[in-house]
Parts: sequence; C-alpha cells; structure tokens
Amino acid sequence: MTAPTTIPTEAIISITDLHKSFDNDNKVLNGISLTVNEGENLVILGRSGSGKSLTIQCAIGLVKPTSGSIKIFGTDITTIDGSALNAIRVKVGFLFQSGALYDSMTVRENLSFPLKKHHKNLSKEEVEEKVQEALTNVGLLDAIDKMPVELSGGMRKRVALARTLILKPAIILYDEPTTGLDSITAKEIGELILTVRKTYNTSAIIITHDMACAKLTGDRLCIIKDGVIAATGTYAALADSEDAWVRSFFI
Amino acid sequence: MSNYLVSVFSNTGSTTLFGVRFFKELFTPPFEYRAFVQQCYAVGYKALPLVSITGFIMGLVLTLQTRPTLAKFGAESWLPGMVGLSLIREIAPVITALICAGKVASGMGAELGSMRVTEQIDAMEVSAINPYKYLAVTRILAATLMIPLLVLFADTIGIMGGYIGANIHSSISFTSYFSKVFDSLRFSDLVPAIIKTFFFGYFIGMIGCYKGFTAGKGTEGVGKAANAAVVAASLAIFIIDMLAVQITDLFLSN
Repeated sequence: MTAPTTIPTEAIISITDLHKSFDNDNKVLNGISLTVNEGENLVILGRSGSGKSLTIQCAIGLVKPTSGSIKIFGTDITTIDGSALNAIRVKVGFLFQSGALYDSMTVRENLSFPLKKHHKNLSKEEVEEKVQEALTNVGLLDAIDKMPVELSGGMRKRVALARTLILKPAIILYDEPTTGLDSITAKEIGELILTVRKTYNTSAIIITHDMACAKLTGDRLCIIKDGVIAATGTYAALADSEDAWVRSFFI
Repeated sequence: MSNYLVSVFSNTGSTTLFGVRFFKELFTPPFEYRAFVQQCYAVGYKALPLVSITGFIMGLVLTLQTRPTLAKFGAESWLPGMVGLSLIREIAPVITALICAGKVASGMGAELGSMRVTEQIDAMEVSAINPYKYLAVTRILAATLMIPLLVLFADTIGIMGGYIGANIHSSISFTSYFSKVFDSLRFSDLVPAIIKTFFFGYFIGMIGCYKGFTAGKGTEGVGKAANAAVVAASLAIFIIDMLAVQITDLFLSN
C-alpha cells in the first residue's frame, strides 16, 4: 500500500504563527505555521522535546497557546467558548501515544461510551452494531469483551483508533502511533492509517519518529526545529535535501 | 518563604475554584445518573465494613474508659446518655469522616491521578465529554450524600458497642440502655451533627477529586495525589468541625 500522489487543495486545518511558552521563559513553540488540506496526511517530524505533540495538543484545545491562530474547518478554536470547541472536537479524533483507553471499562464500553454521549437517540442494537463495525475495521472484533489490561501495545493502539473512528471524525490527530511497537506491528498500524483515510475519508496530522511510518503514511512532511517549521516537502524531496540537518532524519 | 506563601495561596485559590465549579456543573444538565449510582456504591457500601468495625470499637472503648470515672462519683447511670451524646455529637462524625478521608479521598486521588497520568482524562476531553461532570461531580455528590448515612450507621453501631461495653462490668437491659441514651438526646444534638457531616462529605470528595485532577506526571504523581488528598481532607475535617462547634455553640448554648 502506498500513499496517494494527488493532494486536494482545500485547507481543513490552518495553524498560523503559533507560540507557546511555559512559566514565561520556557519557549517551546516559536511561530509554527502549517496547513493540512482535505484528505491529506501531514507528518510532523522533529527531535524529542521539539514541540511536535504540543502542536497537536494546541490544535485540539488541550493546551492553550500563548499566541497565534488555529483554524479548524475555518473556525479559530483559540477564540471560541467551550461548547463551540466541543462541537469541533466531535469531528476531530485524537489518538494518544499510550492509547489512553479507559482502564475500568471493557473494549465494548470504551467504544460505546463516546457514542452514547453524543448520539443519545441510538438504540442498544444500533450502538452495538457501530461498535462491532469500528472493531471490525481495525481487525479486533474478537477483543470486544476484553479489558484494556489484557491487550498488547499494538492492540491497545488499534482499539484506541476504533474508539476515535466511532464518531466518524473528519480529521484525526495521531500522536506517535507506532512508538513502542515492533516493526511488523508498526507497519500494520501505518497501513491501518491509510485504510482509515480511504474508508472514512479523513485528513490527518501524524506525529512520528518512525521514518518507515512517515514514508508509508505521509503525503507531505514537516520538520520542527527550535519551535518553528524548518522544512516542508514530500518524503523524497526532504530525503534529497541540500540541508545536512534535514537529511540526517532520513539516514 | 515568599514562594511557599505564593504556592499556598495559589493552591487554595485553585481548590476553591474547583469546589465552586461543582455547584455550577451539578445544576447543568445532563446528569450522569449511572456513574453517580456507581460512586454511591463505591463510597457508601464499600466503606460499610470498615465503618461498622470502627463504630463498634468506638462505642465499646468509650464506655469502658469512661465507666471507672463515672463510678467514682456514683454516676454510673449516666453512662448510656454520656456515651450516646459523645458519639452522636462528636466522635462518630469525626472518626467516620477521618476513616473516609483515608479510604475515599485517597482512593479518588489515586484513581483520578492515574487517569490523569495515563491521559484518560484528556481522552474524555478531546472526545467532547466533560471529565469534571462525569468524574468529579458524581464522586463529590456521592461523598456528600453517603458520608452522612455512614455516620448515622456508625452512630447506631457505636451505641450498640456501648451497650456491650456497659454489660461487661455490670448488667443493664437493652431497653433500659436505649431509653437512657434517647432520654439524654435532643434534636439540637442530632441536627448540627448531621449537618456538618454533609460538609465533611463534600470536602472529602472535592479534595480527593482535586488532587487527582491536578496530579503530576508519572507514578510518583499518583502516590503524591493520594497522600495529599488524605492529609488535606483530614485537615479540612478538623477545621470544619471546629467551625461547626463554634457556630452550634453560638446559636444553641442557651
């Protein structure tokens, strides 16, 4: 499976001059600007602590930026109130690095929980059908009655992805989806990301250190350095960059 | 020193805001009935064995410790009334609340702290589910309503313990013992004691949830959250008790 070569042009996420500092003097983001087009998978690369995860945490409203604008579906989420932000969050999925499954719930309950909260008119049968459909799409229907503690790292990521997909988001933000997985499972997750885009017609930002995953899933790659986007381009273009620092990511 | 003071005031301020938010969220629909019932079960039912044993021992020991002094003055017949009054007005509410601070507040601090550290609270937030409403409101309300019930239960078991204690060195019938207990009690003894237990419950739940929600990163953060919840809730219980006794004394001393 390979990444498509044609990229639609309409920007679904637009981040402009994003700054974030902690305790006034610890500046992490120093003016990040990027766009994600509809149907596009944008991969963000960078060294540990460069602010990759912080960028998508700002994009979902988990962290309030110091300044800058983050437009999702054309709405600046830094200026809206909690209920308007929640209306946008329903359409944006977030896959945590750890999966962040609810430990006290079974896999079925993990998936049905957000569904019941946002679709109160669904019958029990309809909820069950949607849960099974989402689990089937990630190949884990057999794990429906298991507790998160019984799942392997790869399975937890798949279940977390299914939980994200159950609300049928238009955008998915992946925070290091392959970290801590063996190369075979990491490749499976990468292929799953492409399948999800095809099936659910999603756009995505993928934070990763895994270059195989970046190559497989990314239509376009950005590299963060010192809190700003230092390079942008396709995998092939960046791998052949004249800048030795950029090329060092691809060795 | 100045940094310490800033941290104390900042912590007090954010705890207050967290506690006030409960009243706002409580009356904003929808209400999480199922989670609330689960929390009532966890706070109330699961603490029953501990509260029963402690309540029984409180009544028994209080009777055994007090009897010799009363006997010296030939006032042994006052024993049931004194034990009943001490238990209902002070000992059962405070001891039960302290036990709940140890069991309930630390449990909430550890559970929510663990959810914070493993990003489960963030996962709720990004799914557009209000974690404060689902996790904190249900827990605080359950503690506010269940701890008064646990205290009433501890009162009853404590008085039973006192009856057994009274019968170790002398003999008194069940009916006579209880009629002496109730003869010495007035509503003005019971009502303020019950009212303060709602405050105990609210603060135990609120502090447990606050410490969990604000837990630091890593397993160390979870341990610190659980520990801080017990310490702060226990301190709050003593401060509320002192204020409640002063207010009761002001209005009911005559």
